[in-house]
Amino acid sequence: MSAAQPEARVKPTSLTFQDLLFSLQAFWAERGCVIQQPYDVEVGAGTMCPETFLRVLGPKPYKVGYAQPSRRPADGRYGENPNRLFKHTQFQLILKPPPVNVQELYLESLEAMGIDLKHHDLKFEEDNWEWPAGGAWGVGWQVMLDGLEITQFTYFQQCGGMDLDPICAELTYGMERIAAFLQDVDSIYDIVWARDPQTDGSETGAVVTYGDVRLAEELQFSVYNFEMADVARLWEHFNSYEAEAHTLLEKANAVLQDEKASVVEKRRFPLLATYELALKCSNLFNLLDARGAISVTERVGVIGRIRALAVGVAKAWAMQQEASQQMSESAS
Amino acid sequence: MADFLLEIGLEEVPARMIAGAEAELGKRVGELLKRERLANNGAKVATYSTPRRLAVLAEGVQAKQADNEKVVMGPSWKIAFKDGTPTAAGEAFAKKAGITVEELKKIETSKGEYVGATVKLIGRTAAEILATDLPKEVLAIYWAKNMYWRAGKPERFVRPVRWVVALMDSSVVPLEIAGIAAGNTSRGHRVQFGEKPVTIDAAKSYVEALRAASVVVDVAERRQIIRKALDAATRTVADARWREDEGLVETVTHLTEWPSVILGDFERAYLDLPEEVLVTVMRDHQKYFAVEDAQGKLAPHFLAVLNTQADEEGAAIIRHGNARVLRARFKDAQFFWDMDQKTPLAKRMESLKSVTFQKELGSYYWKSEQNLAVANALATILKSADAPFDEAALFKAVELAKTDLTTELVKEFTELQGVIGGLYARAQGLDERIAQAIYDQYTPASTEGAIPSTVEGQLLGLADRIQTIVAMFGIGNAPTGSKDPFALRRAANAIVKILAESELPLTVGDVVNASSVSDAGKAQVNEFFRERLHFYLRDVRGFAYDVVNAVLAAGADDVRDAIARAEALASVRGSEDFAAVSAACKRIKNILKQAEEKGFRADPRKLGQLALEGIDLWDRSKELAPQVSKLREQRNYGEALALIATLRPTVDLFFDKVMVLDANEAVRSANLGLIAEVLRNFSTIADFSEIVTG
Repeated sequence: MSAAQPEARVKPTSLTFQDLLFSLQAFWAERGCVIQQPYDVEVGAGTMCPETFLRVLGPKPYKVGYAQPSRRPADGRYGENPNRLFKHTQFQLILKPPPVNVQELYLESLEAMGIDLKHHDLKFEEDNWEWPAGGAWGVGWQVMLDGLEITQFTYFQQCGGMDLDPICAELTYGMERIAAFLQDVDSIYDIVWARDPQTDGSETGAVVTYGDVRLAEELQFSVYNFEMADVARLWEHFNSYEAEAHTLLEKANAVLQDEKASVVEKRRFPLLATYELALKCSNLFNLLDARGAISVTERVGVIGRIRALAVGVAKAWAMQQEASQQMSESAS
Repeated sequence: MADFLLEIGLEEVPARMIAGAEAELGKRVGELLKRERLANNGAKVATYSTPRRLAVLAEGVQAKQADNEKVVMGPSWKIAFKDGTPTAAGEAFAKKAGITVEELKKIETSKGEYVGATVKLIGRTAAEILATDLPKEVLAIYWAKNMYWRAGKPERFVRPVRWVVALMDSSVVPLEIAGIAAGNTSRGHRVQFGEKPVTIDAAKSYVEALRAASVVVDVAERRQIIRKALDAATRTVADARWREDEGLVETVTHLTEWPSVILGDFERAYLDLPEEVLVTVMRDHQKYFAVEDAQGKLAPHFLAVLNTQADEEGAAIIRHGNARVLRARFKDAQFFWDMDQKTPLAKRMESLKSVTFQKELGSYYWKSEQNLAVANALATILKSADAPFDEAALFKAVELAKTDLTTELVKEFTELQGVIGGLYARAQGLDERIAQAIYDQYTPASTEGAIPSTVEGQLLGLADRIQTIVAMFGIGNAPTGSKDPFALRRAANAIVKILAESELPLTVGDVVNASSVSDAGKAQVNEFFRERLHFYLRDVRGFAYDVVNAVLAAGADDVRDAIARAEALASVRGSEDFAAVSAACKRIKNILKQAEEKGFRADPRKLGQLALEGIDLWDRSKELAPQVSKLREQRNYGEALALIATLRPTVDLFFDKVMVLDANEAVRSANLGLIAEVLRNFSTIADFSEIVTG
């Protein structure tokens, strides 16, 4: 190599994957955020969790963060590609409404993970976000640290096809990327997930890697998603979840628009359960897509079906919130 | 005389939108100052921008509008004064105008005498005017995509406004933009300077105050810094140059406040990947500049433009990080390339059946079959014209053209479809003609792009596009107004450009007829191409619209012939003789139209009825027509037009002396027959009546 510079040894972080998550969670908890546990239904992105998708609707302020495993069946590579995963971890943060210093807070959160910004190149590059099936979009940036996209930063404008007021800021940290970068490993599977401090004190503690924890999952889900998932049965599931969701949505709309229905009746309607059914459909769609079972032709149509459910729930949720709001107002 | 500074502090504005907004802000501020009589003759408006700010500095601003006088008209003199004494109406008017009755003046108008009052207008201060009018101007700036952020959505702007500096010299102008009150504090570079406020003491010291806070606000200066830094970093490698890329220089200029450049390396082994892939990764995905050696071949280095000035330790970390990202991307590309080679293009035809081209039409397998049929028809024409090309290579290229859509590398780099197919064809040992045709199939991508370099590539490009256009028209997907979701106009533009710039013996009609166009659909397709040809001649070739209209009226099928005629016509258009002939043609057309409306018939057999001047025109026309026709055949349009221009005296004399629509029917028929014949004889190159004269 003719280049003049010797390859500089860059001192990798000693923080483990879980340490990084802990520091982020602690950082945002100290700033008043609810730290939620990951949502226990398959989602393609942290945005789809009700903690984001439904909470951003309506006027009520909310601040929440959670580490969400996000499944994208088509992105699986049998654990063979060092940079790609079927399931990755998004640390998802919602600030509703966004404080005026939201960008500065974000930079502080990077410092909290041990990133000394003085020694890095940071850029906010335009990147707008859209989830058509959720009727959701926003404008924002991909945050680039030394040429690596580490965060998607979005100001939500619409969700469920409705303008948001107030808006919220959504920060999505790509945890595997950040960890591989800070630990300076070339493969995600080499990330140190945990280190046992009991073993012998410091650096030589027993190490558990990302590969130890997740490789089998990546391999087996790739096999299932690409080779073995039964297309006919996936469609059956899809249709069945969709049918149940529609039945519930119809009832929801009847109750929520019924002037004679009591607030109690409105409030107890299981829209959260209805939304889970929509999420099931979304995941099944992704599986069918990975199986190559959805032609470009069908694609738009199926996305439209999911959209009908997701947007339907969002609209009903907004009505339900309004009804509950009235109740708490009349109570006080 | 004062200097006015406005700085709007923003969260990072998209790089692609900054330049336009900066210019618009300068224009709006300049116009506002002028409109309000606040700008002196020598006033100067300079604009600045970084990703986090838009600024304008106006020098030579009046602190206050000059006082002014204006005459206000009142009631008529007779109503305001009775016998020299002011009436109630006169007094009320004076009071309203703020003057005494004695100061009222008599003003003569066309309607009689009226009272007038000279009113003093006290000039408003610049600060007052700017505070009320400037926020509206700022919020009216155009953004390709904007957002709202405040509760109740009071305004939309590209990104949230975070601070505002507005200074008249050293005094804050009390204006408010998007809920932010202006002050005299700005902000510096996020990391280099931190979040502490940057006080601007005076408008004039703006640039230097920000420089001290590690922000270069002048775009041209930043661009220059980046170019120099790129040069300097490249000099550390012997015989290397960075690959010029103006678009990328603009982008990184608008992504940085305090730019610097680092040179990084990648493993030489990646140079085995095609240059197209390497450059796409570096330029489009990472915004890095590529480095080439003295022979113009890629060298294993990259240049990243940073938005910081790191120390040695930082530079090492940043270089390492960027190289790591690039290596991972190259590794991916290598992985896809290797994987794709396991299934050669020839074995990918079957899998095209599951790639949809258009749901109402079929898959890319279907599309490839259709393209082959079109290519076959085009090949037949070329063979009959004895044009040299390799038929077998053409058919193979058409057959394989779309197979790269099933490769991993194209799924990753969709912008490289076609190119990757060509590279794979070459790597898999297919004939170079086949590989090149596949490689070039999507060129030209725009009106500036070059056409495919080989005849086979040109034919593939034509076949693929006309098939798409005709099939899409067939299912009702023709473009309408500004809607052209399938980019059919672009496809047709490419067809016109290929026909114009290649040597293919093909006309638009040949290409259209080679497709499976239905008889019913043909008229619409032909009209569509006529429009595209019009666009090409007008917008790409720059011919005047009347020249284009004239030329296309005489034929819109043979593209290169239309260009030659347009060139000839454009060069004689200014001459006086030619203008006269054009005017005569227009006159002939009008007369023929009138005659038709009145039911007058032309009868060229009644030549005996012609006046002397008519006979002259008849003879001269008969004499010139075959010569013009011969020159037209030889495509010697310049001489043909020169010859036509010699008709002028004869034509002029004819119209001077002869009343075409004579009362006598026989004379009239003869005259009409004559002029119709003249028009026919000389409209084969262009319809001169379309030419706009004097």
